[in-house]
Amino acid sequence: MAVKNFVVASFDDEAVLFPAVKKVRTAGYKIHDVYTPFPVHGLDHAMGLRETSLHTAGFVYGITGTTTALSCMSWIFTTDWPMNIGGKPHFPLPAFIPITFELTVLFSAVGMVLTFCYLCQLAPFVKKHIFHPRQTDDLFVMAIEVTAKTNAEELKKFLAGIGGTQINEQRAEAGWWYGRYDREDRLFDNKRPEPVNA
Amino acid sequence: MHLKYESTLREPLVDGVKNYHQVTEDIISPIEGKPGKLWYIGFFISLSLLLFGVCSVTWEVYFGTGVWNLNKTIGWGWDITNFVWWVGIGHAGTLISAILLLFRQGWRTGVNRAAEAMTIFAVMCAGQFPIFHMGRVWMAFFVLPYPNTRGPLWVNFNSPLLWDVFAISTYFTVSLLFWYSGLIPDFATVRDRAKTKLRKLLYGIASFGWTGSTKHWQRHEALSLVLAGLSTPLVLSVHTIVSFDFATSVIPGWHTTIFPPYFVAGAIFSGFAMVQTLLIIVRKVLHLEDYITIGHMEAMNKVIVLTGSVVGCAYLTELFMAWYAAVPYEFATFYKYRAAGPLGWSYWIMMTCNVITPQVFWFAKMRRNVLVTFVMSIIVNIGMWFERFVIICTSLYRDYLPSSWAYYRPSWPEVGFYMGTFGLFFTCFFLFAKYFPVIAVAEIKHVLKTSGESFKNQMEKYEQQPADEFARDLHHDDEPHHDPHVAPVHHS
Repeated sequence: MAVKNFVVASFDDEAVLFPAVKKVRTAGYKIHDVYTPFPVHGLDHAMGLRETSLHTAGFVYGITGTTTALSCMSWIFTTDWPMNIGGKPHFPLPAFIPITFELTVLFSAVGMVLTFCYLCQLAPFVKKHIFHPRQTDDLFVMAIEVTAKTNAEELKKFLAGIGGTQINEQRAEAGWWYGRYDREDRLFDNKRPEPVNA
Repeated sequence: MHLKYESTLREPLVDGVKNYHQVTEDIISPIEGKPGKLWYIGFFISLSLLLFGVCSVTWEVYFGTGVWNLNKTIGWGWDITNFVWWVGIGHAGTLISAILLLFRQGWRTGVNRAAEAMTIFAVMCAGQFPIFHMGRVWMAFFVLPYPNTRGPLWVNFNSPLLWDVFAISTYFTVSLLFWYSGLIPDFATVRDRAKTKLRKLLYGIASFGWTGSTKHWQRHEALSLVLAGLSTPLVLSVHTIVSFDFATSVIPGWHTTIFPPYFVAGAIFSGFAMVQTLLIIVRKVLHLEDYITIGHMEAMNKVIVLTGSVVGCAYLTELFMAWYAAVPYEFATFYKYRAAGPLGWSYWIMMTCNVITPQVFWFAKMRRNVLVTFVMSIIVNIGMWFERFVIICTSLYRDYLPSSWAYYRPSWPEVGFYMGTFGLFFTCFFLFAKYFPVIAVAEIKHVLKTSGESFKNQMEKYEQQPADEFARDLHHDDEPHHDPHVAPVHHS
């Protein structure tokens, strides 16, 4: 993504966080994200995020597993190498059910986890900016993007007024990069150099 | 007022006065300290057991399965007994994390992480037995259906032994994914409070770059729920399929339709017993009594007495059917060679440990006693080991031809192999208990304000409130009348 400026405020209670999210949105500021140490139910709706479609993906992966299992087994037993196993039929559907079920579950679970990791950019050696080290401990940390139209000082005062603490300004990479958490990475702005007008 | 208000009559899930930070502190700090003397002693005992197991298996691979005391009559002995036993133990973890999640059982949050870890390690142990029973273990991959140069000659999709390959490997994979996806946020918690560079590096890698973003949590919740929904039938299917290994055969004593539910109940029974054994030690050693409370143990003991009684009913049903079916071979298996005969002692150990002793858990005093629970958990697992031994060996050792009747006792590589899996299991568990958050930190924080003892005490005033007033308060939550001590209502 890109290096951006953020105003960051911490909240130490959901009771303060919820009205604050509402007020920040009404005031027209762009919430980059709210980082919480545990899933806070309803926060996604309060922030106006849409529902995730991960369930649908899981369903699609699941039926892929079902069809893979059924079609492979029936092709093998009826077409590729029809084998007489104790005089049983070549297409014994009941005997195919266990493996079909297992592959449905397997495809769905593996597919969903990979999709989840892809959507949330989760992988070993992926690094992201941590706005506050206690956002995975006990603080609810709100990061608001400072755009050209934002008055950062005014925003800070506004956040202090709605219960935010430890308000500060941070310049950070908004996306992810490959890195290690034991090292401070020097970020570079990928701004183009000013064109030299002849 | 919290929307998920919970009656004060319900036992708190987290004892003591805690806030979010204290939860992190309590669960993560054992990871950051040096392991104690007991840990080293336990770890090295496990490691030496594991090494002994490796020796026994190497011996078996080098000289062939002939070094085991299996013979023409008793083709399955300790190896398959141990396989089924370990798989059974591996059922509690996913049951706790999946089925209890769907049933909204709050107490699962305290024990699910350790139980899932136990599941994964137990399935790892279980898998060793059928693989090494193959003898020429370097050809183990022949069980996988892949286009090959032998025809292609495919595997037999009609065989329950092949269903097992799919069931166990799927179960292992899904349990691992479920467990690890829950661990990611907790690893991030360890990472962000790490003081040393090495810890930052390792937990940084393990946490996959988790930040706690609201969108990510939303997806995480969806993922957990669907994985739970998938795992629920999966848990039931795995031991059902294991029971098919026996039930689809024509051996008297195996050929019964009661096997799937009976095996599943037995698996849950032994799995919960193993969870009790491990957690009683873990809560003591890591001082987690506030999170794994007596209430948690009582809940699991209730499951144990229920499933134990289901298993007891199954034993009696089997005996009844053996008489009622009027098949002489089946009658002989059950009444002459199982309940009596040279291996009859194993049947009575099984009956005592699985059916009679667990009945103490009908008494609340016993369910809530740590020592009784610990002793019982070990008795149950001894009983469940004997159940599998009884099913396998006492059905085989007296077959149709008296000239091939045999007796069976294991040789040292068989015993060594079994001990080796204990080594593997406990080595993994010791490492887990030291380097992983043994309790799901984020999940505890999630239920803290509804089920934490200190927060529940503040609910007392709502207990006294008339119902209509309570409902009216709930409706006007947006008005700024927040009680600073109580979390707000969240419309979800």
